[in-house]
Amino acid sequence: MMIGVSDSTFFSALWQGAETIIILLAVVIASALLIWLERRLLGLWQDRYGPNRVGPFGLLQVVADMIKIFFKEDWIPPFADKAVFIIAPAVIMLTTLLTFAVVPFTETIDVVNLNIGLLFVLAMSSLGVYAVILGGWSSDNKYAMLGGLRTAAQMISYEVFMGLALLGVVMLAGSFNLHTIVESQAGLWNVLTQFPSFVIFLIAGCAEIHRAPFDLPEAEQELTAGFHTEYSGMKFGMFFVGEYAGIVLISSLITVLFFGGWLGPVLPGIVWFLIKTMFFIIFFVLLRAATFRPRYDQLMSFGWKVLLPIALANIALTAAAVVATS
Amino acid sequence: MLSVLRTIWMVLLHSFRKRDTVLYPEVKPYLPPRYRGRIVLTRDPDGAERCVACNLCSVACPVDCISVIKGEDETGRWYPDTFQINFSRCIYCGFCEEACPTYAIQLTPDFEMGEFDRQKMVYEKSDLTISGVGKRPGYNYYRVAGMAVGGKDKGEAVSESEPVDIKTLLP
Amino acid sequence: MQVVFFIAALTAIAATVRVITCANAVHALLYLILSLIAIAVDFYVLGAPFSATLEVIVYAGAIMVLFVFVVMMLSINDQTVKTERQWLKPSIWIGPGLMSIVLLVVLAFAIATGNSSAELSSTPLSAHAIGANLFGPYVLVVELTAFILLAGLVVAAHLGRPQPDSARHDAERGKIDVQNR
Repeated sequence: MMIGVSDSTFFSALWQGAETIIILLAVVIASALLIWLERRLLGLWQDRYGPNRVGPFGLLQVVADMIKIFFKEDWIPPFADKAVFIIAPAVIMLTTLLTFAVVPFTETIDVVNLNIGLLFVLAMSSLGVYAVILGGWSSDNKYAMLGGLRTAAQMISYEVFMGLALLGVVMLAGSFNLHTIVESQAGLWNVLTQFPSFVIFLIAGCAEIHRAPFDLPEAEQELTAGFHTEYSGMKFGMFFVGEYAGIVLISSLITVLFFGGWLGPVLPGIVWFLIKTMFFIIFFVLLRAATFRPRYDQLMSFGWKVLLPIALANIALTAAAVVATS
Repeated sequence: MLSVLRTIWMVLLHSFRKRDTVLYPEVKPYLPPRYRGRIVLTRDPDGAERCVACNLCSVACPVDCISVIKGEDETGRWYPDTFQINFSRCIYCGFCEEACPTYAIQLTPDFEMGEFDRQKMVYEKSDLTISGVGKRPGYNYYRVAGMAVGGKDKGEAVSESEPVDIKTLLP
Repeated sequence: MQVVFFIAALTAIAATVRVITCANAVHALLYLILSLIAIAVDFYVLGAPFSATLEVIVYAGAIMVLFVFVVMMLSINDQTVKTERQWLKPSIWIGPGLMSIVLLVVLAFAIATGNSSAELSSTPLSAHAIGANLFGPYVLVVELTAFILLAGLVVAAHLGRPQPDSARHDAERGKIDVQNR
């Protein structure tokens, strides 16, 4: 026990630490299970089964994959920039998990209640770009390099629309605090009042975690595997799990920002949160199953010529509405 | 944009379709009798070996996976001393079956022959020989062939006429 | 909190020194990003969370990405690293270094003697207050910044515009004329 700190503060600090670890572990395990879920769901929609052999419903497939990936040779190419090559996969896990620190799962379950929560989310997602860019650059491989270049342009552009889409939500709630934003939706979910920004956030979020249909940085058909072509072993595993953690993150952010987070009748808050988040996770998988990859210039012009004007118009309208009603 | 939404909806409807995958070890696929799988050596209806060690299969084999060494019993009938097929090389083309004059070598509808040790993929004669007649019931090469062997003289085979006596002028 | 501040400040200084002394351009940029993040931590500790996150979003997250983007396309190999190292001779850095030390001494003297009111405040500056200030007393500055950005946007659009057909045609014809002569 620390000197000058009473028992109760010490235990609350301990509880806070334990809660943090539990939440982070839950997120990582959920992301790993998401690999299984995605494969099963893709199987379902492509009239196949997907992994169903290891354990009940193939649930232990993840464990098998983990064991395999841990024992794989961790090869660093001799021509790579070694330090940067090692840092890159750590960055994506770090930024994604740090973002979960501000996500309010329920009124009480969260890591930290930050008054600039939403800005923190944007800051971390903007730092996440480095993982991909540096991974691509340090591999010293033309496919990885092209993947890195594509990511740089794609993620910076779509971050703009993401931020602009969120401004409407911030205006309605009058705060960057995610708790306040959820509580401001007690009467009416933001998805109804802010439908355009919901759609923009969905698309930009998808581009931000470079999932299909916006997976140009890792387009298998043209760039072998894009930025992580040279990665193997657990470093590749971190990129892989980082991507799925990104899906969980974007889904939970959509839930928090547009679908009233933990708010809902009868059931406890955490259940509502999980139901809503799960819905969007499944939607992202469906999106991957059903959509095609656009050409790169189409991607950029769609962002700057369609999403940007809509986002700006939405901000103007929301501002006018807020001023008119206040 | 509308077509994208329509695609998403149609893919979602696939949740209720029948799955096309066959769950293999539990559900075995139907293989027709003429499927080209594991190679066997058959016997004739009397229970004797059909193979006469003519080496035609070995010659026909495009990957040279069959190795036969000829033996001969006291009646002059040829039989294979050793008959090896290296299944790690075999491409299951069925040329050996076509080349075989005695219908001894045949391909069967069985493909489950995975091994961990590559050496185990080399099948010896004892592994290859089965006790049945395979796809050719009732066929016995020496009954229909005009060769004198094992107590059967020339002209004694089924629907074979007496050999022509070339030393006489009588019809 | 003061400990956090000084740790972050020292990190920022060390990282910035490495930005200058690092021979590999991409590594130097990574140190610069680190320095920016350390400064963001300092902002946060000083009670300006809004500026801290903007520092990360705008500087570390957007501008530095473009820097890395450009440097990535220059092929950096052992040769360039070697040339870079040759440039870092004492005769090059000793002048600016001495001048910086003089400035540092002056700054340290000023902080030591003057009664600086820059204490660590415990009341964070809210985004609301910043917005009210920007669009209240400083609205002119904001508008001027907007003008500069607009000018930049127009220039970028001008430079990046697609070549008109006639101009390209002229250029091609000129080439043919030269060849004919």
